[in-house]
Amino acid sequence: MSTSILSALLVLVLLLNLFALGTSRIRSLIQIAALQGVLLGVMPLLLHGRLYLIGVLIAVGTILIKGMLIPKILINALRDARIKREVEPLIGLLPSMLLGAAGVAASMIIAALAPKAVGESSTLIIPVSFATLTTGFLLLTTRRKTLTLATGYLLLENGIFIFGLLLLQAMPFLVETGVLLDLFVGIFVIGIILQHINLTLDSLDTRRLSSLKD
Amino acid sequence: MVLVLIFIPLFFAGVAAVTGSNRFRPWLLPPAALGHFAASMLLLARPDPWPITNWLLIDPPGRLVLLAFTTLFLICAFYCTGYLRLRSDRPNRVFCVCMLIFPAAATLVICSANFGLMWLAVDASTLSTAPLIFFNRTAQSLEATWKYLIICSVGIALALLGTFFLAYSSLQPVEPSTQPVLATTMSANPHSAIPSMLMNDLVNQARNRTLSIPWLKAAFVLLLIGYGTKMGLVPMHTWKPDVYGEAPGVVGALLAGGLTSCAFLMLLRVARICAAAGITRFADSLLVLMGLLSMAVAGAFLVDQKDFKRMLAYSSVEHMGILAIGLGVGGVAVYGALLHVINNALTKGVLFLCAGNIHRAYGGKTTATVRGVLRRLPVSGAFFLLGFFAITGAPPFGPFISQLTILTGVINGGRYLVAALFLLFLLLVFFGMGRTVQSMLLGRPPAATRHTAFHDGPLTTLPIVAALGVVLLLGLYIPGPLREMLLQAAAYVGGGS
Repeated sequence: MSTSILSALLVLVLLLNLFALGTSRIRSLIQIAALQGVLLGVMPLLLHGRLYLIGVLIAVGTILIKGMLIPKILINALRDARIKREVEPLIGLLPSMLLGAAGVAASMIIAALAPKAVGESSTLIIPVSFATLTTGFLLLTTRRKTLTLATGYLLLENGIFIFGLLLLQAMPFLVETGVLLDLFVGIFVIGIILQHINLTLDSLDTRRLSSLKD
Repeated sequence: MVLVLIFIPLFFAGVAAVTGSNRFRPWLLPPAALGHFAASMLLLARPDPWPITNWLLIDPPGRLVLLAFTTLFLICAFYCTGYLRLRSDRPNRVFCVCMLIFPAAATLVICSANFGLMWLAVDASTLSTAPLIFFNRTAQSLEATWKYLIICSVGIALALLGTFFLAYSSLQPVEPSTQPVLATTMSANPHSAIPSMLMNDLVNQARNRTLSIPWLKAAFVLLLIGYGTKMGLVPMHTWKPDVYGEAPGVVGALLAGGLTSCAFLMLLRVARICAAAGITRFADSLLVLMGLLSMAVAGAFLVDQKDFKRMLAYSSVEHMGILAIGLGVGGVAVYGALLHVINNALTKGVLFLCAGNIHRAYGGKTTATVRGVLRRLPVSGAFFLLGFFAITGAPPFGPFISQLTILTGVINGGRYLVAALFLLFLLLVFFGMGRTVQSMLLGRPPAATRHTAFHDGPLTTLPIVAALGVVLLLGLYIPGPLREMLLQAAAYVGGGS
């Protein structure tokens, strides 16, 4: 039962990835990342079929940080910057959606070929993890607004988190919490730098950030 | 004891955070560094008197990096008080606090035996150095900080994925037929195997051939890319010239000598698991390839480089390449690479601190404005010149010995093409850097810069003299205990206990 819910959530994550690649509104992009964060937070609870304290703590922490705090920081930065849309991505929205879909197919094939561990709860974990990583990378490499890049980084981290589900027993609580905390502090520092960039250059376009070169 | 080592800088960071006086605050750095240095020496002199968990242990290569790091931090801490006195116009609370959190994070990288914890510490060291780069608050330093954060964060994220792959590779079912005889004696039931992130567990599993090789290979590639980004190996080096160009010289010294050494330590640890699992050839060819690529690209960008801080950044890329080659070639070259970690850290300290002084005095960092340094700043200029000779591998300085040892390892391994390219790139770097250094140091200083406020003072030159003294000493004589540490560490990386 819980495995099928887990699979359903993973499919939802896949769909959100494609939405993320298809939208030009930065606010929607951040909201997609937040929704993914919430879905990710529920997953550890479904993995073992029963509630246990550490699982609940991790779930609450993930939903709080990935689903609420980090999106809040990014939305605030967005509001201060008074921008709405991603303009002139290096690759158009439709082609990047198609690339994302190709990424899903490639992830499925790679995951099918890779050797499996014992006792895996859902066969979808590895392909969805890889597909989310691909989405994050696509956003990081083809977009120009710093806020989109920060969200791409968030998606990349989400992909890694999904892979981490396979290791939930092995990962000590400390490491798990630390990863979440590091992510939070990272986005926090990025948010501060974004604020300074906005104040200094009056723009959040990475093309304005290219004065240093050889 | 390890915890004490981590808490000394953290304690001073806390004090710095609540200290109100901008003038007094920088004086917290030297006592913190002295405390860290003394505790490190105690820890290195004998086995840890109070071990706490199996998560916090110093492995033999970690001991060497700790020695290099704590020495460099001590030198930089004294210099930094002198530097911040000159910059008393600027609030330095964040700078001082981060300057003290960074060594705590780096010490945690060095002292942890759990790959998850190491990853956390590397990430913490990235985040704590970002505000240091941003100290000057210019548009350029902002751009550099942004690039640093985004490139290194992605790199670090890949390293986390690699860490997960590594743990996952220990979760594999093993066919009884492929299991070597050794494993059966270990009473290892693969179906009850719990994935582990502990160094020793992973090495044991690798020896028993119970790690999944495809996942281990994927983990190695990701960890090489991830920690290679922090080291600044080509093609993930792009943040380096911008960051080292814009950050204060003392921050450049700590990054180029401290942070990169910690990242290299991570690669040493991963390479050890690969060696134990018998995929040395795969790991080594990647390391050597990236090493040569780094040297080549650095050499190309060093030719006709006008900006001397960016020049030092490319030199750092080159030396990370040398370290990767040393690790990849194996044998005596690993010994050379470990020695080179110390030599590189201290020589980079000399160069970056001198560069900071020169930048201060001239208010510029290109050869268009910076001329006649030997007249304008006799001490900084002279030590910059000596540092240049040291880093390019001229005798009698330490890097000469370590580079020669690496080259010997390459030739012993019969890899003559690698040896030829290694020498070619070293030569290219020497001439490339030489031209920039020559046009900086010689000639007459421009009239406008002759009477600026900055002059060589004791706090901004004595740490440089001390660092170069150690580099010279290491070129002439390697003390017995250090040699012992190097041999142990080289054996450890090669797959020994």
